[in-house]
Amino acid sequence: MDIRDIPPVPPLAAATGFEGLNKVRRSFVLAIRSLWLHKLRAFLSVLGIIIGTSAVIALMAFGKGSMQDALEDIKRQGATNIVVRSVKPPDEGATASRSFVASYGLKVADLSRMGTFGGTISKMVPMRVFPTEVRYLDRMSNGRLVATTEDYAQVNKLTLSSGRFLNDEDNFRKLNHCVLGAGLADKLFPFEDPMGKSVVIQKQEYRVVGVLIDRMPTGGTGGSQSAEDYNNDVYISFDTAKVRVGSTVVIRTSGSRGGERVEVSQVTLTVDADFETSEGREKVRAVGNAIKGMLKEDHLREDWAVSVPLDRLEEAERAQARFTSLLVLIASISLFVGGIGIMNIMLATVTERTREIGIRRALGAKQRDIIIQFLVEAVVQTTVGGLAGLTFGVILVFGLPPLSRLFFETNLPAQLSWQPMALSVGVSVIVGVVFGLYPAWRAAKLDPIEALRHD
Amino acid sequence: MAAIVEVQDLIKNYYMGDVTVNVLKGLDLSFEEGDFVSLMGPSGSGKSTLMNILGCLDRPTAGNYYLRDRDVAHMTDNQLSDVRSTYLGFIFQAYNLLPQYTVVENIELPLVYQGVPLDARTKDRCVALAEMVGLGTRLDHRPLQLSGGQQQRVAIARALVNDPQLILADEPTGNLDSRTSVEIMEMLTELNKAGKTIIMVTHENDIAAWSRRVVRLRDGMVESDIRNDKPLGFR
Repeated sequence: MDIRDIPPVPPLAAATGFEGLNKVRRSFVLAIRSLWLHKLRAFLSVLGIIIGTSAVIALMAFGKGSMQDALEDIKRQGATNIVVRSVKPPDEGATASRSFVASYGLKVADLSRMGTFGGTISKMVPMRVFPTEVRYLDRMSNGRLVATTEDYAQVNKLTLSSGRFLNDEDNFRKLNHCVLGAGLADKLFPFEDPMGKSVVIQKQEYRVVGVLIDRMPTGGTGGSQSAEDYNNDVYISFDTAKVRVGSTVVIRTSGSRGGERVEVSQVTLTVDADFETSEGREKVRAVGNAIKGMLKEDHLREDWAVSVPLDRLEEAERAQARFTSLLVLIASISLFVGGIGIMNIMLATVTERTREIGIRRALGAKQRDIIIQFLVEAVVQTTVGGLAGLTFGVILVFGLPPLSRLFFETNLPAQLSWQPMALSVGVSVIVGVVFGLYPAWRAAKLDPIEALRHD
Repeated sequence: MAAIVEVQDLIKNYYMGDVTVNVLKGLDLSFEEGDFVSLMGPSGSGKSTLMNILGCLDRPTAGNYYLRDRDVAHMTDNQLSDVRSTYLGFIFQAYNLLPQYTVVENIELPLVYQGVPLDARTKDRCVALAEMVGLGTRLDHRPLQLSGGQQQRVAIARALVNDPQLILADEPTGNLDSRTSVEIMEMLTELNKAGKTIIMVTHENDIAAWSRRVVRLRDGMVESDIRNDKPLGFR
């Protein structure tokens, strides 16, 4: 065939504004091909990035999951609640030891004063708690007798498995009705339906009108709020307790006898506010402070404590923010190390492919073309590494919790969110650009003649 | 015939620390379009340096170089790249194909850097060139699957793909046996007959005998400049 019969060189593409884009797209294809030639090496060089991103995604998910768990726990107690409880003053035994009945704590009068806060408090649930034993026929179980009102179930988000909770009528007519916690119902009535049966509590008979479903104990993390196990509770009406139990609780300890007179052991107030907004939080805090101020004036001794679950919520949120920034730090370090790995391998690649660079330059490649070629190669590596890390991280998030349940019998709550995923993959890309730039620049600055001579 | 290469008072110095090496000492040369020139000379004579400057891979320290009236001696790096991809074809002693590319991909490389779209027409041209150099059945082979002669033929096809005004061959037969060398030289002669201007560096008189003009350099100066009335391929 003669050279004159060869089809001519096609004309240059008409300027469309996409030439650069096409070039970059082509470089991507070429980069993938040239990386494919050295699969193992490419894999090893991005291992740092893979481990970094997957660790970030998994840790973020587990961190967020457990934090979410704690937050849910607090919200379950009611984030807009204020809990005021009676506390036995520490100096009681020394000074007022004449009477063996110690009288302290919140009074019914305090409750009615709190009620005057008006519209801000939507619910007020007083509560008295006595340790007691509950009997049914020959079966007996230790539990907590809780005297409270109708709203208690709602404020504490109790759910009934059968029957109903106490209502206003029970309270008003001082009826001997009770509601059993799931654990207690199980122990007293292992083979029967407790509904309508009579249980004996402190020599009084109470008819079971409802049974609760099993309920997780609240975590006793902060301050004066101890863990509460609701499953061994038996609930009766507040006013019923006044008549049937009285205001004195006698506690027998070995060798001595002591009594306590407490009118109200605890009152839970629900503030009518939205805890998601800062105004709402401000309102809850203001009511808490008002109650503190009021009790400080009225009570001679510090026989009360006000706890605001919202404080714990905010503390948990702050802890989460700290945790997140710590993770970001770890992520930056691991991605930085990964980036150094990429730079190292890219520099080696440039040296190894010096001759190729010389050939390309001789055939008309501009410095810019060489930069794009090597930069794209670095970016493709880190991007693929980032995506692989993302996949691996997600696998960890879904794979570890079942394993941990299986082998360690612990729950590993995890919550995936898109922000850390997007961030870590995005940062991987940026790492490719940043750490690929210098090797690419070195490649472009090679003298074509020297490069061609290189073996 | 019009001059395609015009070199005036070309000086190239290399600086090694305090020592200045004066490689080209004021060359004046002119090559006509359609000529087939051999550059000869012992090592250190400056022929490689001249070749690099003619190939727009290097710039002279002083003097002028006009490639068909384009003042290439004073161009920027980017402009030189454009000249290389558009007007020049390179054939190297070591073939210098990219090992990871197929025959066709190697051939189309100068067009890529020139900015020609890689469409069907481009592919047609590359395939036609591959067929012309006798590699029509090996379009998808990689260089390492080819013999030296075949690789050099791919390189020739690559040098032709941009329809260059000037082909620069740096010892094109240096790595080949004599029979293959003859094949390659016949091919270059055919191209020259078709009007291509070729400048070739060689040590061997046998190879230089294929060209129409032999320029000998010594110590950066032209030692002799002889017309060959009976080149081998034209007998």
